[in-house]
Amino acid sequence: MNFLRILQTALRALRRNVMRSILTTLGIIIGVAAVIAMMEIGNGSAAAIAKTISSMGANNVLVFPGMQQMGGVSFGSGSNITLTPQDADAIARDCPSVLYIAPTVRSKVQIVYGGMNYLPDTVVGSTPAYLDVRGWQTMAAGDMFTDSDVRAAAKVCVIGQTVAKQLFPNETPVGKEIRVKNIPFKVLGVLRSKGANMMGSDQDDILVVPWTTVKFRISGTSSSVGNQSAASSSSSAVNSLKNLYPQSTVSLYPSVSALQQADTPVSVRFINVDSFLAAARSTEEIKPAMKQISQLLRERHRLGPEEPDDFTIRDLTEFTNALSDTTTKMTNLLLTVAAISLVVGGVGIMNIMLVSVTERTREIGLRMAVGARTGDILWQFLVEAIVLCLLGGATGIALGRGTSMLVAYTLGWPTQISVIAIVAAIVVSASVGIIFGFYPAWKASNLDPIDALRYE
Amino acid sequence: MDVTPSNLIELHDIHKTYHVGELDVPVLKGITLNVPRGQMVALMGASGSGKSTLMNILGCLDHATSGRYMLDGEDVSQLSVNQRAMVRNKKIGFVFQSFNLLARTSALENVMMPLSYTAQHMSRAEQTERATELLERVGLADRLDHAPSKLSGGQQQRVAIARALVNNPPLLFADEPTGNLDSRTSEEVLQMFQKINEEQKITIILVTHDPEVTAHAKRVIHIKDGIIETGVYDSQHEGAMPPIARRVGQGAT
Repeated sequence: MNFLRILQTALRALRRNVMRSILTTLGIIIGVAAVIAMMEIGNGSAAAIAKTISSMGANNVLVFPGMQQMGGVSFGSGSNITLTPQDADAIARDCPSVLYIAPTVRSKVQIVYGGMNYLPDTVVGSTPAYLDVRGWQTMAAGDMFTDSDVRAAAKVCVIGQTVAKQLFPNETPVGKEIRVKNIPFKVLGVLRSKGANMMGSDQDDILVVPWTTVKFRISGTSSSVGNQSAASSSSSAVNSLKNLYPQSTVSLYPSVSALQQADTPVSVRFINVDSFLAAARSTEEIKPAMKQISQLLRERHRLGPEEPDDFTIRDLTEFTNALSDTTTKMTNLLLTVAAISLVVGGVGIMNIMLVSVTERTREIGLRMAVGARTGDILWQFLVEAIVLCLLGGATGIALGRGTSMLVAYTLGWPTQISVIAIVAAIVVSASVGIIFGFYPAWKASNLDPIDALRYE
Repeated sequence: MDVTPSNLIELHDIHKTYHVGELDVPVLKGITLNVPRGQMVALMGASGSGKSTLMNILGCLDHATSGRYMLDGEDVSQLSVNQRAMVRNKKIGFVFQSFNLLARTSALENVMMPLSYTAQHMSRAEQTERATELLERVGLADRLDHAPSKLSGGQQQRVAIARALVNNPPLLFADEPTGNLDSRTSEEVLQMFQKINEEQKITIILVTHDPEVTAHAKRVIHIKDGIIETGVYDSQHEGAMPPIARRVGQGAT
């Protein structure tokens, strides 16, 4: 008896009792639907979290200068001035795991346009790579400033959506001039909206200018307020370009006299930046990137083996892990419940199959009398159970997809189709059919045809 | 098979003993019986006589404790369960007292059912053709799509006969075929058996206790206490009937 005939026989038997077949398989339908819906909703939440994290910048690594201590007074993390733009260039060149790196300088300044003024949350000086690191390449309008603008400390900027709304309620910002500390800045572009970050602060409340411009035209010092004294004693002395109206050419590097050069073969006076924002090539490469940056900076800062790092490197993995852990746990919990309902569904199928075998004892006897072998009977009932389970599985998949789509539509929860869940549902429902269908089928095939024919 | 033996059934000293707890209960105590091809035999006996046990052995549903059973030239006394299933499929058709049709299944599919266990392949169209032909022969050409619940008792039994014949078996068993039918339909069914026997030379064994049924048989075998009382085949007895059966048979027609 070939497989097609067994399948036909099984389908015909199931069709003889449509209502009961549907009720029998209801357990499997609900179980599979629950698994599919849970997986899709769980996946959707995980994807939404990943998206939130990547809006802060995917695979980001932050490098801060170390802590400065002076006369027993600690100035806190980031108070030292050890990071130079040359460090950033070296990292970009020599660290294979780093995809982008942007030196950043921060400031807090008021900006003015026409009769309006506004104090952005963040004024950041950086390079065009800043947008690559933040995953912010596409602009809402206009363009990002260029590397040559950075070299020239050009008076150009791009603004975030919030700043644009505040200063240009009824105008197009691109091409307009805003004033920062009385210096006119040309607005080159408007950034795409990014929304709030996980801490709730508005990422669109931002003004991005070339870091040289911040350094030499706006603040002139590191914005680290903790070391005002250090800044005034060291960096402001070095950064002699701290004037509102600089000469026609801007030198990025402080001029070094011959005597100074002779005294200090290594340049100890340099232009520092507040921090580096780097992006690793992938999530897996965050750790190698951190290691490479650390090694390179130690080398460049000439730190001996015993000396502690004069910088700090941080990443966002802790943050990511904490969030995805929660979703994973919830999804697993719900999956367990769904799996239990699948088992209950399987027991239901076994129950009905046993009833069916008893009820159809005469039929089994007849089939045996006309030549069905034990294997034929075994297969007939097993295939009936498997077909029931697979049909239940298929219906369950459709129902689960429908549910998750309904949830996405009505509650606005993010959902995502899960191929693994669908494959698993098919495999599991077939296995449930085999496992729970085998005993009734075995019982049917072991009937004695004489007794079965006489069964009342 | 090169040589077709003249006897379809040859039983030689068949014994059947059931074990009930510690006790051995002998039911058949040495049955020797030959049934030639194309004969219509009635198997009679009171309940407890061993009639049913003999029928089960003859129908290859059970095997004898000892003795030899040759069916169509093949020794079937020592076959396994599945081998016996194949013998039943190919060589034996069954008609039961309670019809045993599949509920909620059309007459046509009921007749086709045994074909699904046949080794040789028949296409769906061939199967349908064969089943339709048989249902026409039993006079149900206009009832092909009817489920058993839509058929009368006589019609149901005729579907069962068509089902028994679908694999073209040389032997047909009828276990109390008229037990659930009224006398008029009983007569129709029995005449159908006679027709099949005469036209297709199919050997028919009717198991019954109804004298009216035995009246249609060419030969009657009586079983009592596990042995055959009368009817050991002898060519001289062909056509002979016990007087009572003859009388009842004539009265019915």
